[in-house]
Amino acid sequence: MSTPLLSAKNLRAFYGPTQILYDIDFDMHAGGITTLLGANGAGKTTTLRALSGMVKTAGEIRFDGKLISNKETADIVRLGVAHVPEGRGTFVRQTVEENLQLGGITQPAGQIAADIDLVFTYFPRLKERFRQQAGTLSGGEQQMLAIGRALMLRPKVMLLDEPSFGLAPLIVQEMFGILRRLNQKEKVSMFLVEQNASLALELADHAYLLETGRVVMSGPAKELSQDENIRRAYLGY
Amino acid sequence: MEQVVQQIVGGLATGAIYACIALSIVMIYQAIDHLNFAQGEMAMFSTYIAWQLMHWGMPYWGAFFLTIAISFVLGYAIERIVFKPVHNAPVLSHIVIFIALFVIINSMAGFIWEFTIKPFPTPFGTKPVLGGGILSAHGAGMIAVTGIMLVMLYAFFRYTRVGLAMRAASANPDSARLVGIRVGFMNALGWGMAAAIGAVAGIMIAPVVFLEPNMMVTILLYGFAGAVVGGLTSPGGAVFGGFAVGVIENLASFVPQFGAEMKLTIALALIILVLTLKPNGLFGRKIVSRV
Repeated sequence: MSTPLLSAKNLRAFYGPTQILYDIDFDMHAGGITTLLGANGAGKTTTLRALSGMVKTAGEIRFDGKLISNKETADIVRLGVAHVPEGRGTFVRQTVEENLQLGGITQPAGQIAADIDLVFTYFPRLKERFRQQAGTLSGGEQQMLAIGRALMLRPKVMLLDEPSFGLAPLIVQEMFGILRRLNQKEKVSMFLVEQNASLALELADHAYLLETGRVVMSGPAKELSQDENIRRAYLGY
Repeated sequence: MEQVVQQIVGGLATGAIYACIALSIVMIYQAIDHLNFAQGEMAMFSTYIAWQLMHWGMPYWGAFFLTIAISFVLGYAIERIVFKPVHNAPVLSHIVIFIALFVIINSMAGFIWEFTIKPFPTPFGTKPVLGGGILSAHGAGMIAVTGIMLVMLYAFFRYTRVGLAMRAASANPDSARLVGIRVGFMNALGWGMAAAIGAVAGIMIAPVVFLEPNMMVTILLYGFAGAVVGGLTSPGGAVFGGFAVGVIENLASFVPQFGAEMKLTIALALIILVLTLKPNGLFGRKIVSRV
């Protein structure tokens, strides 16, 4: 089996003296979509923040074979890890154009225009809003902008924190369709944190279930979606 | 009427200097969220460097640009050496460091160059260019130099990638990191640029107030007033505020029994007035912090 694109071993994370994650292990292979399920407060967001170096961690995180635990966030991002954070992280005072330019700020200046055009093919709405201040966009548009901004990095992997949060069901469907296309066409691997378990399991090929900071179950997404306990606790039928 | 116009133009000349200081205060405020009390002293020290270079025989503009470069490096170094390690320290630690910097730079300048007043040359001459002698050639030169600098700064922040990255880093540090911007480096760049702007202000004002270690103390107060009037979160507002303070203090000299002696009082009164009525300044945005 090939080496995983992104993996964690004995990953622990802390907010000050409080430990949030306990010895998390996972492997994620290039090209795939892995989802991390769990209830509120299980540590999903913290796991993502740990992966991109935004919280204090112990243990090992490897990306593309390189050890990235305790690297600076900016340096992890430059390796091709695009984190779409909880709350979308919009630069509200900047325009949509500037937000996209910022997404590609570590990339050669020559490719920015072409990459913005690529973002437009997935999110034509952003083209209409191009010169607008990003803070004036609707929630759905800001989520598109956040994913578009991540795409500007030409990432190997996207860390997606609740892309469905606060969106109308129709928009959510559309968004997940776009994520699937990004995965297939742009070869972006995805690590998806989601409360909407049924949607996530539909999109992902592999899933981990997190409970109070520990991985309690993992396997192919299909198997997990058949599992009696998961169905009752997270899928609601 | 003519007199009023003259006073306004004269006010713009000193206002240009206040605008520079206000702008450098705001730039550092954006980077670290605190007011840099040592801003004026940094500018004063830069002015001494320029004086020293000229004293060694360097031509005016050579010394001018070399001083700007040296000041940039010094400002950058201060952030990296002094402020980076205390990045997460409470406000009081920062204030203590600012005061320490103030005292250290002030005494160092006195130690190296003595506390006696030195004349400082102007490349523009001192002949009046406007009737009544209100605006000297040097005053006009001050307005021109700071004007050019402000336009260049605007272009830098508006049209370059580094400028965009600096704006992003100060507006939203977490998101900035997530697009790969090294926020600490941007903060240090901000310090370097603020020091360079201060150097321009110091060199421009030195022929007017003469060169001595305390030359910037009152000017810093005017700069604070300008920054507060415009809003600490708005670089453009700070520039406007600086010019406004310069004009207002000059116009005040029309009021009988008031005159030049009350100039500083006016600056301080402005600070209090703005903080009471419009705490975010004329152009600042409201800071909302979520708990």
